[in-house]
Amino acid sequence: MIIDTILSGDRPRSRLLGALLMAAFLALAFAPFLFPGTKALGVASRICIFIVLAASYDIVLGYTGIVSFAHAMFFGIGAYGVAIALSNLPVGWGAIFIGLGGALVVSAVLAVAIGFISLRLRALYFSMMTLALASFALIVATQLRDITGGEDGLTFSLPHLLAVSYRPFAAPVLGVRIDGRIVTYYLVFTAATALFLLMLRIVNSPFGRVLQAIRENEFRAQALGFSVVLHRTLAGTIGALMATCAGALLALVLRYNGPSASLSFEIMVDSILLMTVVGGMGTLYGPLLGAIVIVLAQYYLQPGMAALAEWTDGVPLLPHLFNPDRWLLWLGVLFVLIVYFFPTGLVGRMRGWTEPDE
Amino acid sequence: MPILETRALTIRFGGHVAVNAVSCAFEAGTLTAIVGPNGAGKTTFFNLVSGQLPASDGQVIFKGEDITALGPHLRTRRGLGRAFQLTNLFPNLTVLENVRLAVQARLHPRVDLFSMAARHRELLDAAHGYLDRVSLGHRARTRASVLSHGDQRKLEVALMLALEPDVFMFDEPTAGMSVDEVPVLLDLIEAIKQDTSKTILLVEHKMDVVRRLADRIVVLVNGTLVADGKPAEVVALPVVQEAYLGIRRKEAAHG
Ligand SMILES: Nc1ncnc2c1ncn2[C@@H]1O[C@H](COP(=O)(O)OP(=O)(O)O)[C@@H](O)[C@H]1O
Ligand SMILES: [Mg+2]
Repeated sequence: MIIDTILSGDRPRSRLLGALLMAAFLALAFAPFLFPGTKALGVASRICIFIVLAASYDIVLGYTGIVSFAHAMFFGIGAYGVAIALSNLPVGWGAIFIGLGGALVVSAVLAVAIGFISLRLRALYFSMMTLALASFALIVATQLRDITGGEDGLTFSLPHLLAVSYRPFAAPVLGVRIDGRIVTYYLVFTAATALFLLMLRIVNSPFGRVLQAIRENEFRAQALGFSVVLHRTLAGTIGALMATCAGALLALVLRYNGPSASLSFEIMVDSILLMTVVGGMGTLYGPLLGAIVIVLAQYYLQPGMAALAEWTDGVPLLPHLFNPDRWLLWLGVLFVLIVYFFPTGLVGRMRGWTEPDE
Repeated sequence: MPILETRALTIRFGGHVAVNAVSCAFEAGTLTAIVGPNGAGKTTFFNLVSGQLPASDGQVIFKGEDITALGPHLRTRRGLGRAFQLTNLFPNLTVLENVRLAVQARLHPRVDLFSMAARHRELLDAAHGYLDRVSLGHRARTRASVLSHGDQRKLEVALMLALEPDVFMFDEPTAGMSVDEVPVLLDLIEAIKQDTSKTILLVEHKMDVVRRLADRIVVLVNGTLVADGKPAEVVALPVVQEAYLGIRRKEAAHG
């Protein structure tokens, strides 16, 4: 069936999950019309980008069990690739592709190197090494001021089609005036959908099955004739390349890139790791849901709490609890609750255990 | 020319020599039983041959080539099949997927990122075939970890069958199996033996089984090869009587 070809045979295997995925897809597909406004469009773009980013991390963490903290680095490389190219070359699609291409090459080289280092180090030391690498990347990005713009980052313009001032239609469509921002959103939405489906295909390919085998029992996978080194390194590289693409999309949406936008530890821990674990590792649909939940929380928890604090004004204690400054605390509580009650993540909980075959 | 040969194969763990200069050649189409008391080094010898452990000294020659430096996955690809003594499966995957992976390793070994695994019907069909051979067809959709011990042993053997190796290495395949399950496995080993191009190495304690199946018996004691010959001759040797009685005494003690 066509749906199996699109989803690579990886059906949601849960009615609730299927309904949520459908709703999310439709909401994102029509976001500019359903939720007009610059902020909502920004949130929708961010959801698309972080779906790709969290899913790419799942290929590394969930499908091979490698705990790497350097994943945000690849995201940053993608964003810097596009930002540096658009800041230095004549603005155009050519610059975007050169920036993305260069970033993909750098990421691939680094990912292969990390893959080989992982063979020499035990898991804990490897994780610490990736942490050091991530800090190093952050230092490089802030220090190479002439190239990266240092702390301030780089602001640049986009090709005509994506520029804010671009108006493809004279009249509003469905009550919304179409501009370059909305065109950019649809570029991001289309790219994110394609990349997610590509990853879904990869984890359900013969290669993906070997990754699962390695995660289950590395020793036995090797004894069957599979090269663990090759498969792990390739999985790490694919994850890195996907994260790089997500970073490039971020730069296009923000029309800006700097260390805190794409390279910070907050992105690694508060976003990537949180989304993957909350949604459910090793399912790919998990990080997708995780990205939606966490991005929405990041954007709407704080204002929601401000409203609650105002609303409960006069009641003892409650306004303090809902003080918007405490939003991170509540995010933490949310995280702990989800991990405690759904150790296999939201998707693991929805699916229960079902047969992965046929 | 023997299909498999070890030359002064040795491994030391610290000061302990677990396999000590074992030289032994295996002719294609034969079944060699490897016997010896617990801790004699039989499993370790297998690990050296199939590459799970690196040799401290000596060589492994397979099909005329020195494979001592190759990793286990490359040895498997050349035709060395191994069923492990301690069951070694993919516990959270289905029984069928366990075998399908082994079939994939043989029939679809290239890295394939973009096709759908579930659409490779030929791999699934072949996997079902191997499950039927070990009488596990009815458990195909079960998670491997919930199988009974005996069924796990059978699945372990099915994985090796699915690799269609030239050399089959069975490490106590019937250990811990209930009496009514043992014949399935012995019949299977006998069936493999009928194919004169296949070579079998069998570690087994049950002497009646060994006598029935083996063309030759090799005896390991304390990592050293102490006897090697036709079953009737070897069984009569004093050193074997001693080792064999040692096993019997231990088994009696285990009750
Ligand atoms: N990885 C290892 N490290 C240290 N000692 C080992 C290791 N593997 C096996 N041995 C030792 O080698 C000896 C032979 O063990 P083994 O080959 O399992 O015996 P068998 O299979 O004949 O019962 C034992 O003394 C065991 O403790
Ligand atoms: Mg043993």
